[in-house]
Amino acid sequence: MCTYATEKIDVTGSGKAGSGWFPLTTATVYFDHPVHAQAEHTLNIDFLAPERGPSARVAVELTAASARELAAAIHVALESAPPELTV
Amino acid sequence: MSDLITARTIAIKGANGDSIEAYLASPDEPAPRGSMVVIHHMPGYDRATKEMTRRFAELGYTAICPNLYSREAPGASSDDAAAAARASGGVPDERLVGDVEGALLYLRGLDSSNGKVGSIGFCSGGRQSFLAATSLPLDAAIDCYGAFVVGEPPEGMSWKVGPIVDRAATLNCPLLGLFGVEDTHPSPEDVEVLAQALKANGKEYEFHSFENAGHAFFAVDRPAYRPQAAVEGWEIIGDFLARNLST
Repeated sequence: MCTYATEKIDVTGSGKAGSGWFPLTTATVYFDHPVHAQAEHTLNIDFLAPERGPSARVAVELTAASARELAAAIHVALESAPPELTV
Repeated sequence: MSDLITARTIAIKGANGDSIEAYLASPDEPAPRGSMVVIHHMPGYDRATKEMTRRFAELGYTAICPNLYSREAPGASSDDAAAAARASGGVPDERLVGDVEGALLYLRGLDSSNGKVGSIGFCSGGRQSFLAATSLPLDAAIDCYGAFVVGEPPEGMSWKVGPIVDRAATLNCPLLGLFGVEDTHPSPEDVEVLAQALKANGKEYEFHSFENAGHAFFAVDRPAYRPQAAVEGWEIIGDFLARNLST
């Protein structure tokens, strides 16, 4: 089904799309139909900079299992660095 | 009879008089003929939806698919536009109805039109096709596995989508519903709730639920594709439109 539910957060950082690097301001996260990945539903993340237009977008579509592993890996990576660097 | 079909991008007036992009597919014959509004699904105004729009032209109908994300992302690729629309809260129901109305008026205004217009939508578009048919003077409507016609959406949904089964009372035309028995949204129970609401309001409807099929069984580019259900489904669609949109 189309799930509609969307998590939206402000982010600070940069992303790389076909046109090169650009500053990111927003990320949306949702579990819904993918566009490219061959699965019925995937965990989709759009890293966006709306002020630069809709093509300023870095998109990923991951299976639920991969998304959970990614979430865990993100925490491991952050915790492996000196805490004063990850404030 | 000529099998010539033309298809191209055009601009039409949508909700609030806004100019929106649309994909128009038209056969050379017959004339006059019925027309279809194709409502794209949430992933967007994409290649697969345009193929379906052309299919209706091949069946002998003028068909138009409004780009529901024209305002959020003009000129963007279909998936970028869908992402931008999602990030800004999605398509409000009222605006959807206005855009479908714009498409309906455009189609009825064509010299080739016989005055009859139907709508079809898949997934989120299925819900929107039902919504349009309860709001506009359509002659036929097709709901392909639209979720949240009945039942409450999950908590915390940022997209303002609610159940619209109460609108069964204002359905203006015959409704064809195509569903997969293995689908959970809508589930067979949801489909039965909608059927009962239509029956209670004396509305004409025809529902088909396909075994061994779930959500998105018409989608040729997804793992959910079920050829047997899709082939049979298209035959049912053809018969339904022949009965309701013929001159």
